[in-house]
Amino acid sequence: MNWGLILSNSVYTAISANAIAYMLVATGLNVHFGYTGLLNFGQAGFAAIGAYSLSIPISRFNWPWPCAVLLVIVSAVALALLLGFTTLRLRADYLAIVTIAVAEIIRLSLNSVRFTWLTGGNDGLQGFTSFMEKLNPFPQQGIWLWKQKIDGYRLWLLVSGWVLLMVVATLVYLLMRSPWGRVLRSIREDEDAARSLGKNVFAYKLQSLMIGGAIGAIGGVWLVLDKQSSQPGDFATTFTFFSYTIIILGGVARVKGPVIGTMIFLFVIQFVDISLQQATKTTPSDPTPLLPTWLIDQNNYAQLRFMVAGFALAALVVFRPQGIFGDKREQAFDVH
Amino acid sequence: MSTDTSAVPFESVPGSQKPDAILVVDNVTRSFGGLTAVNVAHLEIPRHRITALIGPNGAGKTTLFNLLTGFDEPDTGEWKFNGLSLGGVAAHKVARRGMVRTFQLTKALSRMTIIDNMRLGARDQRGESVWRGIIRPIWASQEQDITQKAEDLLERFNLAHMRDELAGSLSGGQRKLLEMARALMVEPEMVMLDEPMAGVNPALKQSLLQHIKVLRDEGRTVLFVEHDMDMVREISDWIIVMAQGEVIAEGTFEDVGSNSKVVDAYLGSHHDVDLGDHT
Repeated sequence: MNWGLILSNSVYTAISANAIAYMLVATGLNVHFGYTGLLNFGQAGFAAIGAYSLSIPISRFNWPWPCAVLLVIVSAVALALLLGFTTLRLRADYLAIVTIAVAEIIRLSLNSVRFTWLTGGNDGLQGFTSFMEKLNPFPQQGIWLWKQKIDGYRLWLLVSGWVLLMVVATLVYLLMRSPWGRVLRSIREDEDAARSLGKNVFAYKLQSLMIGGAIGAIGGVWLVLDKQSSQPGDFATTFTFFSYTIIILGGVARVKGPVIGTMIFLFVIQFVDISLQQATKTTPSDPTPLLPTWLIDQNNYAQLRFMVAGFALAALVVFRPQGIFGDKREQAFDVH
Repeated sequence: MSTDTSAVPFESVPGSQKPDAILVVDNVTRSFGGLTAVNVAHLEIPRHRITALIGPNGAGKTTLFNLLTGFDEPDTGEWKFNGLSLGGVAAHKVARRGMVRTFQLTKALSRMTIIDNMRLGARDQRGESVWRGIIRPIWASQEQDITQKAEDLLERFNLAHMRDELAGSLSGGQRKLLEMARALMVEPEMVMLDEPMAGVNPALKQSLLQHIKVLRDEGRTVLFVEHDMDMVREISDWIIVMAQGEVIAEGTFEDVGSNSKVVDAYLGSHHDVDLGDHT
């Protein structure tokens, strides 16, 4: 077992550009679900819209990148408006149903053969990251994080991503401590009460959906910038469910929640994954793996990581239901 | 204790005219499937008075409340608050016009502190706009004033010691107090209380009654739904009785207590019992 590699790789996974993508997507979802109580099950749809609003204009139509970035925000807001005007006046569960359906429609459309000329279908789109490579101030050889190599491009994504994340988190923090954030929380608690006190609940929900959706779209952008390829498969419903896991893990309605939640979630999964990979590995010089093959071997360890991660999460929910940063008092009065 | 009935010179008939009525309702109907829940031909609520809306279960009192405050839409009808039509006006705009309601099942915002519950009620907050909310200096001074006002009201409603607790930790009666205090943050001209006494222990009841009287003394109009007849007798200036969606009687407590239609509605037509004893 190469513990140095396992640890440094797991740590890198928890702070990488890929992790930042999860943090952003979960931060957006936290605005919806954590602060406003909107049961959005289609956050992956916002991420997909963001990712393809960047990759399609750049790789298909050679747009300058600032225009594509602008389109990312515009289309996320447009999707929020579409979802909002159709469902926000209805009861909360309808939003859940519609959002999950819309996210799947988006993913399947991106995957569809009919739109391959535009979206690249199942193979997705590549070659839209050259602007980010040009902006990269770091040397190509990159650095070593103990035993984990980080190439120059990924280092640049990591550093700029953390700066972006800090800006987004600060904005969310400022918003949520303001009277505006107070109205959002009142809607989460009881929207009729908010209405009876003269608050335009619909307008606030729409704003929440737009802001959280835009943050989610930026998360999608970071995901595909890291992969240097945007593919529909990355935006399946599991992405949304992982985001829920992350915010519950970190603490709902806490700005730090999605960040810490992502780190723990990705660290645990990666740690289990490569530990098992190492423990089942055979080499010509050492043909017996660390773990007995009747128990586990190289062909089936991959499934185990989610089982172990699932157990870890279940234990956390049982022993610390408010999440890492949640307020225990709030858990006691769960009104829903 | 009885109220000074001579100060209330309105006619004791359903739909009677009141000079300077704050709320005038005309032909408001609402049916759910085949059931007509509300069918009010004409109703006027007197200004600066405490009016009780009573009636047996299923009389349509809460439905009428919901209709008047914009929480439900009527099938037909018009109603005017301060001379301005409120038909089709959204609930939050009704509140902004000065008509604020509370709920039968108290809606304390459980996972928010008491003081935040109160602050939420304040009108025209600069920080409630998304752009201005980001920049604290824009709303900080207003927030201070709001907090001061909220603390004064909490003092008045004996909740000041709970200021930073979560509203979910309050007892049922305290929640009623909080809801009333929070409604006052909106500075309403008219307060609509849906069963303010439900689930309140006797010790708190007296203080709640006093609080409602103070509302009137401050120059507000109060309309409340209530089943507790002792309370109705003690604080109401005027009483409106509904049964099966219609207004069947109006008058002082004595007037409606002796009205045979009211007795019939509550007890069936073969009983002759004082309404006040049956609460």
